[in-house]
Amino acid sequence: MSTPTRAPERGPGGGGIATGTKRRGDGLFRGTATGAGVLILLVLAAVAVFLVYEALPALSPDAEVDGGSLTAYVGPLLFGTVLAAVIALVVATPVSVGIGLFISHFAPRRAAQGLGYLVDLLAAVPSIVYGIWGIVVLSQWMVPVYAWLTDNLGFIPLFAGPASASGRTILTAGLVLAVMILPIITALARDIFLQTPRLHEEAALALGATRWEMIKYSVIPYGRSGVVSAAMLGLGRALGETMAVALVLSVSNVVTFNLISSTNPSTIAANIALNFPEATGIDTNVLIASGLALFVITFLVNFAARWIVARSGAKA
Amino acid sequence: MSKLIDVSDLNIFYGDFLAVEDVNMTIEPRAVTALIGPSGCGKSTFLRSLNRMHEVIPGARVEGKVVMDGQDLYDKDVDPVSVRQHIGMVFQRPNPFPTMSIYENVAAGVRLNAKRMKKSDLDDLVESSLRGANLWNEVKDRLDKPGMGLSGGQQQRLCIARAIAIRPSVLLMDEPCSALDPISTLAVEDLIGELKNEYTIVIVTHNMQQAARVSDQTGFFNLAGVGKPGKLVEIDSTSTIFSNPSQKATEDYISGRFG
Repeated sequence: MSTPTRAPERGPGGGGIATGTKRRGDGLFRGTATGAGVLILLVLAAVAVFLVYEALPALSPDAEVDGGSLTAYVGPLLFGTVLAAVIALVVATPVSVGIGLFISHFAPRRAAQGLGYLVDLLAAVPSIVYGIWGIVVLSQWMVPVYAWLTDNLGFIPLFAGPASASGRTILTAGLVLAVMILPIITALARDIFLQTPRLHEEAALALGATRWEMIKYSVIPYGRSGVVSAAMLGLGRALGETMAVALVLSVSNVVTFNLISSTNPSTIAANIALNFPEATGIDTNVLIASGLALFVITFLVNFAARWIVARSGAKA
Repeated sequence: MSKLIDVSDLNIFYGDFLAVEDVNMTIEPRAVTALIGPSGCGKSTFLRSLNRMHEVIPGARVEGKVVMDGQDLYDKDVDPVSVRQHIGMVFQRPNPFPTMSIYENVAAGVRLNAKRMKKSDLDDLVESSLRGANLWNEVKDRLDKPGMGLSGGQQQRLCIARAIAIRPSVLLMDEPCSALDPISTLAVEDLIGELKNEYTIVIVTHNMQQAARVSDQTGFFNLAGVGKPGKLVEIDSTSTIFSNPSQKATEDYISGRFG
């Protein structure tokens, strides 16, 4: 348009290409986004610094820790944490993928929506409620199951027993955790399955694939990396979960793969929650040191998840 | 192997919306039938109703008859999965399975149909399908590489190889060249010319020159206006449609006066 007289008063105009124009909105937005990014790093760094600083007294070799050394104390806790989280993951992932596929590809549209809301609602239940449910309901249900497992599958070390009479075992805790991480994995899995390109689905259908075969050929390969990262998010939550485990588990400081006996390793987070209020002096430092271990483990898990996702993403 | 399809009184719906109205046509075996017409006239919808791919869209349904081999494909005892094993399809955009190698892509249909095959037989089938799609010489040294690594035109020929690997009677092609450059288009068109010796081919195209080049008979679809159903205006031998159509609308369309 060669009508320079009609150029607006503000903004670039009046002839030639404007130089040095500052767009305020742009700068503001960039500043806010950068600030948010830096803030999360600062918070993370502050947490790490706090943990290391407070844990230092316990990390020195001559520190007095009940149970002997720090490793002898934190080791079983770390083991219990990972064990409970892995149980939760092993149980929750297949169920979540199943629910996700049902919602995205099998359920009638209206039922799918309702079910989706219901699953999201599960995520909003406070963890203490799950803990109470675990101790009052689930552990009672599991008592006869554990008895049966010892009697019939006792040759598998996992179920060697003797079966816990209260049902408050690491397996129960793992199952409660599974229910807790179910919604997050399901929600992510459902979303990724829904995004499967129609073209990929039709490629399979046009070859004479049944519904299940179409899912196997198109939906699952497409969603695999997403499901892995969803599972890792769930694992992260299971590792850090506190109240439910603290309520359910009856603990002793041991390392055992026996999932259904009354001697169970505690988890780091639950152990901190139970002991921190009464801890003084070096005990406080020891608890914080265990927190540092959890921090590192969670970090590693997320790192591994990223790596897996990046690797399988590159292949697709 | 190639077969004749007889379509009678076919109405195609999306929910309550009548998208294509009252189609009657005979699709000849061992020949290429091209479907042309302006956007939105229902030619792709019609094509997808021939192998019951239309109904995978929620709410989509069909009334009328599509008879192949004396069997109405829409008979309530007919399994759509088995229809699609006999009537293959190639899509507008190449869609190889992204996580699979070239070899696995071609073998996918056979594996799906749960036919147990010896490795050597499967190798032969993959080779003959890729040769059939004029792709063998370009990919024979990298069969284990991902299908997505090929160029667009090669991917589309890979999809054709995948479709013919299950030995269908009919091959449907929904604008197979619209995402390809002219050289790849030429390769696919040459291929269509060879495939018609064995298969009944139905191709939807926006490109009238393409229809004139590759097809033996041509059907022209049109719609009266937005929101109105599409209709088959006429179908005749390609030379007649392009030189001496019986309908004014067809003549207007092929001479570029609208559409």
